[in-house]
Amino acid sequence: MNSIISIKNLSKVYNGGFEALKSINLDIEEGEIIALLGPNGAGKTTLISTICGIVSPTGGSVSVNGYDIIKNFRESRQLIGLVPQELTLGAFETVWNTIQFSRGLFGKKRDDAYLEQLLKDLSLWDKKDNELRMLSGGMKRRVLIAKALSHQPKIIFLDEPTAGVDVELRKDMWNIVRKLRESGVTIILTTHYIEEAEEIADRIGVISGGELLLVEDKQVLMQKLGKKQLVLEIKETIDSIPESLKLYDLSLDKNTNKLTYTYDTGGDSTGITRLLQKIQGEGLQLKELQTTQSSLEDIFVTLVHEKKEDEA
Amino acid sequence: MSLNIQAIKVIYKYEMLRSWKTLFQSLASPVISTALYFVVFGSAIGSRIDSIEGVSYGLFIVPGLTMLSLLTQSISNASFGIFFPKFTGSIYEVLSAPVSFFEIMVGYVGAAASKSFILGIVILITASFFVELRIAHPIWMVSFLILTCVSFSLFGFIIGLWATNFEKLQVIPLLVITPLVFLGGSFYSVSMLPPFWQTVTLFNPVLYLVSGFRWSFFEVSDVNVGLSLAMVVVFLLCCLAVVSWMFKTGYRLKE
Repeated sequence: MNSIISIKNLSKVYNGGFEALKSINLDIEEGEIIALLGPNGAGKTTLISTICGIVSPTGGSVSVNGYDIIKNFRESRQLIGLVPQELTLGAFETVWNTIQFSRGLFGKKRDDAYLEQLLKDLSLWDKKDNELRMLSGGMKRRVLIAKALSHQPKIIFLDEPTAGVDVELRKDMWNIVRKLRESGVTIILTTHYIEEAEEIADRIGVISGGELLLVEDKQVLMQKLGKKQLVLEIKETIDSIPESLKLYDLSLDKNTNKLTYTYDTGGDSTGITRLLQKIQGEGLQLKELQTTQSSLEDIFVTLVHEKKEDEA
Repeated sequence: MSLNIQAIKVIYKYEMLRSWKTLFQSLASPVISTALYFVVFGSAIGSRIDSIEGVSYGLFIVPGLTMLSLLTQSISNASFGIFFPKFTGSIYEVLSAPVSFFEIMVGYVGAAASKSFILGIVILITASFFVELRIAHPIWMVSFLILTCVSFSLFGFIIGLWATNFEKLQVIPLLVITPLVFLGGSFYSVSMLPPFWQTVTLFNPVLYLVSGFRWSFFEVSDVNVGLSLAMVVVFLLCCLAVVSWMFKTGYRLKE
C-alpha cells in the first residue's frame, strides 16, 4: 500500500496562543478508511482544515500524493473533497447550481451526466431544483457530500459526518462511506462516536489535546487493548467466592448469582479451562455462561484517561 | 502556475446569477431613487436654479447622481458578495479549492463591477427620459465608469473581508461614502462654495471622480481631468495594495 497523505511534525498554534496540534505524524494509505477519534476540542477539525488549506500550519509539512499542500496547493487540493462538520451552505442557490459551482471551483469542465448520477446515488435527484434553505438537515448533509464529490476526488474528508443525525440517516451515511471506499476513494473521517469508528473504519487514530495518541489497525487495537469477560451463572446460591477460586480475577454479583471473570485476550493462555475445572471441583453447577468483549469506547476512555493522568 | 479560469468563471457566473434572481430589487430601487432625485432636484428645485457654466441644472446633476448610485451599489454588491459566504460558512469551499486568492478576487470583484456598470448604464438611460442627455467624450465616459466600478467594487470587497457582522458591512457606505458623495460636488459646482470650503472639498476623493465624469459629458469640470484620472487610478492602486496584503496574511479568511 502507498501512503497517499503524509503528515510530518504538523503543528498549529492559533493566534490566541492555543496549541491545537502538537507535532502530528501520520501516514494515510490509499484506499483505506481511517477514523480519527477524539473528544470535542481535541484538534480533529484543525487537522483536517490544515490539510485542506483552510487553516495555515504553524510548523511541519503535509504532502498529498507527493504534492506539498502549500507549494503545490493546486495539485494537492485537486485530489481532496471536504465535507465540513457544520451545515455551511448558502441559502438561495439550488442544489443543482451549488454542485455545478463546486465542480467549477476545482477547475473541472461541466459533466452533467456525472453530477446527475451523483445526485441520484445520494437520493438528491428529486431535490435538484430546490433552494438549499428549504432542505432538511439530513438533506443538507447529503448536499455537502455531493459538493465534496462533485470534482471526483481521490480522497475525502468527512468531519463528523453523523453529528446530530438520526439513526437511520447515520446508517445511510455509513453505506455511502462504504460505497465510496469500494470505488477506491480514501476516506478520513473524524468522529466522537466510537460506535461509528468501530463500525466502518479500517484504522483508528486517537487524538486528544492536539496529540495523536495512537494509530492502529482496528482489529489489532481491539485485540491489543481489548479485555474480555466471561460471565458464569451458578445454579446454587453462593455468598462469597470460594477459596480455591480466589486467585482468579473474579467478581461476584450475589443478586444474580453471577461470577464475572476478566481476562486478557492477548495472553498465551486465558486460564478459562482451569477456572472451569476448579468450579467443577467446588461442586458448583453452571446454569449459563457468556463472554463479552470490551468496546472501543472502553479502550478510548482508558487511553484518554491515562493521558490525563500522565499530565497531572 | 496556470490560472484556474474555470473557477473564476463559476464564481463570476453564480455571483451574477444571484443578482439576476433579485433583478427587480437590484435595478428598480436605484432607478426609482434616481428618478426621484430628478423630480425633486431637476424639476422642482432645478427650475429655480440658474444653469451652471452653460449647463442646465437638471443636466448638470446627471453625472453626480450616476456616481452616487454607482459608488454605493459597487460597495454593497461586492461587500455582500464576499461577506455572505463568510457569514454562512460556505466560504470553506472556496478556501479549500485549488483557487488562488487572486482568482477569488477577480471572480467576486469582476461580478460586482459588471453589475454596477450595467446599473450605471441603466441610470443614464433613465436620466435621458428627464433631460436631453449629451455626452461629449463617450470613450472617456465609459472609461471613468469602468474605473469607478472596478475600484469601488474592490473597496467593497475589502469591506466585505473586514466586516465581521452586518453592522460593520453598513457602516462605511452610510457614514463615509454617502457624505463624501454629497459633499463631493455631485449636486453643485465647487465654485459655488465659499473659498474655505472649496479648499476643504479638494481633500474629498469623490470630487475628482465626479468632476472627471462630468467633464466627459459636458467638458465642464471642477478640477483638471488628468488629475481626476490620476486620483481614481491612485485609489484603485491603494485598494489593490490593501487586498494583496489581506491575501498575503489570510486576513479574516484563514487562521
